[in-house]
Amino acid sequence: MKEFTYERAQDVGGAVALLDADPQARYLAGGTNLVDLMKAGVERPGQLVDVRALPLDRIETTDDGGLRIGATVTNSDLAAHPHIRRHYPALAQAVLEGASGQLRNMATVGGNLLQRTRCAYFTDTAFPCNKRTPGSGCPARTGEHHNHAILGASEHCVAVHPSDMGVALAAFDAAVTYETAEGAGELPLADFYLPVGETPHVETALPPGALITSVTLPPAPVAALSRYRKVRERASYAFAIGSAAAALDVSDGVVREVRLAFGAVASRPWRARTAERVLTGQPASGDAFTEAVDAELAAAEALPLNAYKVPLMRNLVLALLTELAEEAAR
Amino acid sequence: MAPATASAITLTVNGEKHTLTVDHRTTLLDALRERLQLTGTKKGCDQGQCGACTVLVGGRRVVSCLQLAVAVGDEDVTTIEGVADGEHLHPVQQAFLDLDGFQCGYCTPGQICSALAVLEEHAAGWPSAATEDVRPEAGPPALTPQEIRERMSGNLCRCGAYVSIVQAVAQAAEQTGGRTAEEPQKETKEPAA
Repeated sequence: MKEFTYERAQDVGGAVALLDADPQARYLAGGTNLVDLMKAGVERPGQLVDVRALPLDRIETTDDGGLRIGATVTNSDLAAHPHIRRHYPALAQAVLEGASGQLRNMATVGGNLLQRTRCAYFTDTAFPCNKRTPGSGCPARTGEHHNHAILGASEHCVAVHPSDMGVALAAFDAAVTYETAEGAGELPLADFYLPVGETPHVETALPPGALITSVTLPPAPVAALSRYRKVRERASYAFAIGSAAAALDVSDGVVREVRLAFGAVASRPWRARTAERVLTGQPASGDAFTEAVDAELAAAEALPLNAYKVPLMRNLVLALLTELAEEAAR
Repeated sequence: MAPATASAITLTVNGEKHTLTVDHRTTLLDALRERLQLTGTKKGCDQGQCGACTVLVGGRRVVSCLQLAVAVGDEDVTTIEGVADGEHLHPVQQAFLDLDGFQCGYCTPGQICSALAVLEEHAAGWPSAATEDVRPEAGPPALTPQEIRERMSGNLCRCGAYVSIVQAVAQAAEQTGGRTAEEPQKETKEPAA
């Protein structure tokens, strides 16, 4: 690991000033991904600015009845929070499905959104990787890609975003608030992650040196009936090979509103807007659910080793929506 | 002068203060083992995947291999060496002995530190991925074998002593059930529902 200086930021302004003055610096929050990547030589910061002491660890209601989640709230505190569990249960479930109890105690909401892909070529500096070293190539397309993207990838990168939390946040229209030396800004999560295209190394629309300060959730009555479901290669403590967050509002057997987002299928949490559009106003039935998810997955471009993800996602989403419809009918 | 890449820090471990200068790259795990000679905490994968290095920081379980020592600050660290009360083993330790919750023993300090936290997290009403209904109205989940397996899943045991580990955690939970568990939740503003 490269040597680095360490500063514990005392306030948000001081933190962004340090990053503004030193492009080689990185913010350190829980460190569960960054420290690991530093050990692997993938990240080589000259300075760490520790943001864990900043007063960004609160969860508060907003004036419109939504929630503002501070960027350094830990995954554990988020998942344990009564308001989250009551009004956005799929978000609590998604967080609890990720990592382990130890890692959830360390990891933060802001860090979760900025974590990097676990693509084995990205995390091993012996291999080329367009995300790590732009222009060096992507061995995944013709190599090991059984857990790579089926949606929204490009010839330059087929890696997936590993977050569970982000999938639920995408379904619930979260927005990311940040601070820079020039002032504050906000990005809807829908615009937060950039399309892969020719620049897989540029992952978010955050300005250089920006510090995420909070994630806001607008009020979403539909989220009260929501679930997160994750498929992985062992029963716990593993990244998803496919996941989905769904929320359903059904009355008189008709879908009034639906929220749907997929995980582990794209470079970002994948909001399934096509499926939502197809399903809204339709009967809450298996046929309609299948038609909706098939409409979303029509855009899928599978590789030889990850083609299984298309039927996996189809079955997962069908099961998830069926469960929610049964719960709505109770 | 080149900017400092090492700092003098004070670590409070098992109630004892230690002042030492650490290279910023030093993990809490390496500081405990190599600098403070507290070798009860084990290094397994060194990349946050096995849980052998689990300790409590500020009362919460963490993997010490991904925790930089310089970033611990003034939080209390509890390692396996600080779990027993003198010669009296903690009920979790006793349960692992009684029920053979290990074979080679390498993962055991991490398992025990993790189990201590599991009991507190459960007592505080935290749900897990095994909890059918996470809504607070559903009440705290019973600590079933399935709940224990899920909550302990961050600690791997390559001997495969899981069956006994689950029993040991269940026994310890029964024995400590009457105690008032320390609240591991940080203060967060509870919004009106």
